[in-house]
Order: sequence, then C-alpha cells, then structure tokens
Amino acid sequence: MQGLDYLKETPSQTAGPYVHIGLVPNALGNPGIYPQDLGLSPIREGAKGQRITISGRVIDGADMILRDALFETWQADAEGLYPGNDPRGPADPNVTGWARVAADFDTGIWRLETVKPGRVPFPDGRPMAPHISIWLVARGINLGLQTRIYFEDEEAANAECPVLARIEHKARLQTLLAKRTGPGAYSFDIKLQGENETVFFDI
Amino acid sequence: MTLSNAIDRGPLFFRDRDWHPPAYTPGYKTSMTRAPHRALVALGSTLSEETGPAFGHDMIGVLDNNLVMNFTGQPAIGERIIMHGRVLDENGRGVPNVLVEIWQANAGGRYRHKKDGYLAPLDPNFGGCGRTLTGPDGRYEFLTVRPGAYPWPNHVNNWRPMHIHISVFGTGFGQRLITQMYFEGDPLIAKCPIVNTIGQDRAIQALVAPLDMNRAIPMDCLAYKFDIVLRGRRQSFFENRKEGM
Repeated sequence: MQGLDYLKETPSQTAGPYVHIGLVPNALGNPGIYPQDLGLSPIREGAKGQRITISGRVIDGADMILRDALFETWQADAEGLYPGNDPRGPADPNVTGWARVAADFDTGIWRLETVKPGRVPFPDGRPMAPHISIWLVARGINLGLQTRIYFEDEEAANAECPVLARIEHKARLQTLLAKRTGPGAYSFDIKLQGENETVFFDI
Repeated sequence: MTLSNAIDRGPLFFRDRDWHPPAYTPGYKTSMTRAPHRALVALGSTLSEETGPAFGHDMIGVLDNNLVMNFTGQPAIGERIIMHGRVLDENGRGVPNVLVEIWQANAGGRYRHKKDGYLAPLDPNFGGCGRTLTGPDGRYEFLTVRPGAYPWPNHVNNWRPMHIHISVFGTGFGQRLITQMYFEGDPLIAKCPIVNTIGQDRAIQALVAPLDMNRAIPMDCLAYKFDIVLRGRRQSFFENRKEGM
C-alpha cells in the first residue's frame, strides 16, 4: 500500500502571558518597532452598513475577568461578502473585515467598532445568520478557541441559520447572541468555562 | 488586501485534536480555569473560515524581521541566530504572502512586558518582536538572539526552555495558529509543563528546530530551521459545484 504523504499541522502552544509583545506592541507600551499595531479596526471611513459597537469581557471558570485576553475577529461586509478572497466577488473596499481586540489591561473590558455583517451562505447555499467569527488566545489556552458573535435582534435569520441549528442544547444558543444595549450597541461576554459557558466550535 | 490564489479556496482539512494539546491540562495550572468543559460543536468549514485577512508587502518595514536591530538601531546583546523555514500546508505546498509574527524573551530570559519581573535585566536594545511575510515559495527568515530560559510560577521550580513564540496566518481564518519553537538539545524541553500539554512525542518533536549549519553564516551567526504547517485545504474538481447543488 502507498503511504499518505500529508504533513501534520504544527501543534499549537499557548500564546502565553506576553502575547501583546508580539501582536500589539504599541498598545502594550512598547512603541518604536512598528508604526502602528495591526487590526486596529475592521472598517475604514465610508464603510457601508449599520455602524455597531460591541463590548464585553472574557471570564474564566472561577468568574475572574481576563485582563490578558486577546482575540481576532473576521467578518463579512454589510452585503455578506468577505474581503480579499471571497470566490463570489469583491467586498466593500472600506471593510477589511479583520480586527485584533485586546482586553483593557486594568478592567478587562474589550470593545469592537464595526459594521453589522450581512448573511453569508453555508456550503449548501442556505444563509447563515449575520455573525462575526472570533479566534481567542491567552495564557492557559492551549489551542485558540473559535466562537462566533451572533445578534439577538436577528431573530428571523438566527432561526434559519444552519450553524446555530447544529447546537443541540438550545439553552446554550443565548451564549452566542450579542445583547442589544442601545441603538447600535451590543454587549457580548465570553465565558470560558462553567455556568453559561460560551459555545465553542471545532471548525 | 490582496487576492489569494484560487486553489486556496477549498474547505479546510479537519483538525486532528489528538495531535494538538487538549484544553484541560492540569500540569499547566492556568489551563484549569480557562479550558471549556463542554464539548466543542463540530462543523465543516464555511466561507467564514475559508476566507481570511491578507497583508501587503508594503506594510512590512525593512528591519521588521531583524530583532537584533529593530528596536533602537543598535544591536541587541546575545547569541546571534537566524530562524528560518517555510510555511506549508498539510498538502506540502508552500503558502506565499502570509504574515508570520514572533516574540520572545531577551538573551537573559526577560520579556519587555510590564508583567515580567524576572531579575534578569532588560536589554535597552531589544524589543522582542518581529514580523515578515512569506515569499513566493512560503519561505521566511528572522535574525534574532537566542532567548534565555527563565523561571515561571506554576510548580515551584518550573523553567521554560528557550523558545520563540510564533503567530501565523493562512489564507483562511480557520487556519490561524499560534505556537512556540524550541531549540535542538535543550534539556528543559522534556521538563516543561507547557511543552507536555502535548500528548504525543512526535508532535513535540515537530516544535523542536534543528541546528542548521548550512544556513549559519561563518563568523556571524548560527541558524535554526523551523517549518510551520497549516491546516490543508481540499482540492477537488468535485468541489466546483454551484452553491446549493
């Protein structure tokens, strides 16, 4: 029999407590290496769509707020097109889609200003509800955690979303829903472990 | 933002979670309260994971991959080393134009971070981070100093082996990866609780960079070779169906 000559993915290791040195040195207080940190905003002036602000905290299994959490977000534009390499065509040129979000070193609160993404098709063509993908790393996290921010005020789209339909324990769906706190304002806490633990994906 | 190659649009290979460290690893204490206890919800990749951010070469400064010089323009103290290799996917193809970022302690084992109070001194000329974009065949290289080992609070006398942290992008957001590179022959590797979050020895060995005398520069620096493998993407004409068919 022939061998399968695939390579194995490089194993993950924790980002550790000093991840900010590498990924957001200016925010940490180490200026002078890069002109600015990457991923400061997923949109530029003139981005089409509804402006929204999402803020929240990352909380561990002992109910401590992480002050060293860092995550990245990736999202479609208001029409549901991804920037860069979406096979369906070009996205809004003022949406880069990607942001690097660090929790505040003192309060642990993070904040993301963006536009609400449109619906993107699942591989079978059914529309997924508007969502922002998250990849979260920190000390104590051995492999980056994948989750998604959905929006509680998208009831119709959420009800049709083939990804949300995969979640067997319906009570856990609410952990993926950003709560509306005002016009264009949402809150979204990520609970790593325990009661109200956020749904994390293997995708 | 640049347009990626069409062959980089396929669904992602499934992640082998027995190869990666599990989330809950009591030997590494911090993981105990940060590990999800519920099962992950498994799903094939979607456009949200198959697309991803891209970065332009114009964003990269000329000294960005030179950690010896990029902080003040004066050389950092320590053993000069080249760290080089390729970013590949599981199909063995080089992945061009992807961002590789690294960070590390200085030669004494001290990080430039307000939370690091280790007694080894800061080096005024060492910032501790660098970045580069891979070339057309996936190659990358950094010039840096060999980072020192250092103690850390976990068990009473735990020391991290010499290591460089690596963050790498693929062509899809679902390929995003952070890992650490260790150095051939370091006796602290086998004793490290973070290394040992990985269950299989073969996987640990994949994080140990061999000394590479072919790439070393005489009278200048040593070299270590470290290839990084990202999740593969399926390539099949049978994938080219219309949405919904």
